[in-house]
Amino acid sequence: MRGDPLEFITYISEHEEQFLRLLGQHLQVTLLSVAIGIAIALPLAVVVVRVDRLAKPMTTLANVGQTIPSLAILGLMLPILGIGFLPTLFALTIRAILPIFLNAYVGIRGVDRAVVDAARGMGTSNSQLLLLVELPLASPVIFAGIQTATVQNIGIATLAAYIGGGGLGDLILQGLAMLDTSVLLAGAVPVALLAMVTEIILGRLRRVVVPRGLQIDIK
Amino acid sequence: MIALEHLSKVFTSHGQTVAAVDDVNLEVGEGELHVLIGPSGSGKTTTMRMINRLETPTSGRITIDGRDVRTLDVVELRRSIGYVIQQGGLLPHFTVAENVAMVPRLLGWKRQQRRERAHELLALVGLPPERFADRYPRQLSGGQQQRVGVARALAADPPIVLMDEPFGAVDPITRKQLQRELRRIQGEVKKTIVFVTHDIAEAFLLGDRIVLMSEGRVVQNGPPADLLRRPAAPYVTAFIGEDRGLRALAYTSLSEVAMAVPNAVPVTGAILPGTLSLVEAGRELVAVGPANGDGFWVGDEVGNPSGYVTYRQFATEIAERLAAEGVVGESAEAVMADAVPR
Ligand SMILES: Nc1ncnc2c1ncn2[C@@H]1O[C@H](COP(=O)(O)OP(=O)(O)OP(=O)(O)O)[C@@H](O)[C@H]1O
Ligand SMILES: [Mg+2]
Repeated sequence: MRGDPLEFITYISEHEEQFLRLLGQHLQVTLLSVAIGIAIALPLAVVVVRVDRLAKPMTTLANVGQTIPSLAILGLMLPILGIGFLPTLFALTIRAILPIFLNAYVGIRGVDRAVVDAARGMGTSNSQLLLLVELPLASPVIFAGIQTATVQNIGIATLAAYIGGGGLGDLILQGLAMLDTSVLLAGAVPVALLAMVTEIILGRLRRVVVPRGLQIDIK
Repeated sequence: MIALEHLSKVFTSHGQTVAAVDDVNLEVGEGELHVLIGPSGSGKTTTMRMINRLETPTSGRITIDGRDVRTLDVVELRRSIGYVIQQGGLLPHFTVAENVAMVPRLLGWKRQQRRERAHELLALVGLPPERFADRYPRQLSGGQQQRVGVARALAADPPIVLMDEPFGAVDPITRKQLQRELRRIQGEVKKTIVFVTHDIAEAFLLGDRIVLMSEGRVVQNGPPADLLRRPAAPYVTAFIGEDRGLRALAYTSLSEVAMAVPNAVPVTGAILPGTLSLVEAGRELVAVGPANGDGFWVGDEVGNPSGYVTYRQFATEIAERLAAEGVVGESAEAVMADAVPR
């Protein structure tokens, strides 16, 4: 390795166009995977909460799924999806589904029985119970799952570089190959910053999504 | 009218079966308040929850105005029955007004109409809407939450209200106040109410009839006075407990102890309504103050004097009732002192 560590800033400014393209790819695949993850995991959790005998197998599956390394998913999908954007999106989506599903399941199951009971007793239909009661009350936990998935996927998305999926991982791989710290850091530092900023933004967003009555500091 | 016919519910959990409700028959007439009372696990909640179909009977049936509830649409049925559960069960993410207006919302009322209704009901249960409507349940005390629960059950003006220990979680003073308010409200709105409690005083205060349950069965079902005077089983007496002598006073009316007197006797002094209980009559006499004569007149439904009670007789009636129930000491003296003017 050679060079002044802070030189990565110079590297970024000198390769601005490349950097922004990789950053864009990185964000795109991460956000898309989380969006698809929500679209799959949330309805799935709702169904599993309703159908009791699915609960055990599904949560077990999700927990086991959590332990499969992301790189292994990429490798396994190589023969089917090839390389590039699609397998990356696939692997990240799988990764997003797991925490979102588990949190949504636990969150909905954890809604106060007395509240659900009162709501049913008042004559909510199944969909009204879900939309007016269960989802809003589970929203803090569901949202935490989405937050976890997003931040985690920003990190995992660096692996896309191994299969030509682009993103900031490209710079990290390049840096490693060239033994050039500034290039490596030009990828790694923005990924870390991105994760932090996302965490903060989602933290703010949480206050918008979570109903006011559930927030700790209402007066 | 709600009718429960040979209603039974058997729960099976972990291979064990529990007969939670066992061949219960009940008829709750329109505008009446029936109290289900009994020890923990005697099947009160389960009985109640079968009425709005939150539980399905194992056998027997429930009809409302002659129609089997199983033939009704379950969602519509529940919207037409107010339901108060013990912990309040308020939706924590809805404001107080939104909570109260929940059923109207499910019924598709307009926003403005819902809000007006919520305010009306908050006022009815003694929560000034301008102060409470926009709060969240977490910002209320337990007693205030239970009031909101009651308001919510009444919001869509359902003919039937089910109340499962609605005042369970509050201190005795607030509880008394809520009970009095429920009586007042019931006087105004006249709902058909099934009310679960394990507080015997509450049962006597509120019930048109009291249904005493034990191990899923009805031990006695009758007006409060019947449970005192004609207990169906030793269990009833045991359950009603120590101060039944005092309760007996509260459930004996003046007309029961008054002597019929010929019309010729001149009417002087106070005329007390015959519907007053002995306790109420005692208070009334104290309020009226010293009077001439050896007793007072008792009026009939329209206020005409129909009977006479001497002070001596009045005191004897009270003493006998207390003695019959073995109540001695301070409480008896207190009642006597209250009842007889000097
Ligand atoms: N969902 C259920 N599954 C299994 N058993 C149940 C269920 N619900 C109630 N039981 C049992 O049925 C019996 C009656 O219960 P219920 O809740 O009706 O009693 P209760 O009279 O309301 O008691 P409490 O005063 O404690 O509220 C109890 O033995 C209880 O354990
Ligand atoms: Mg109960």
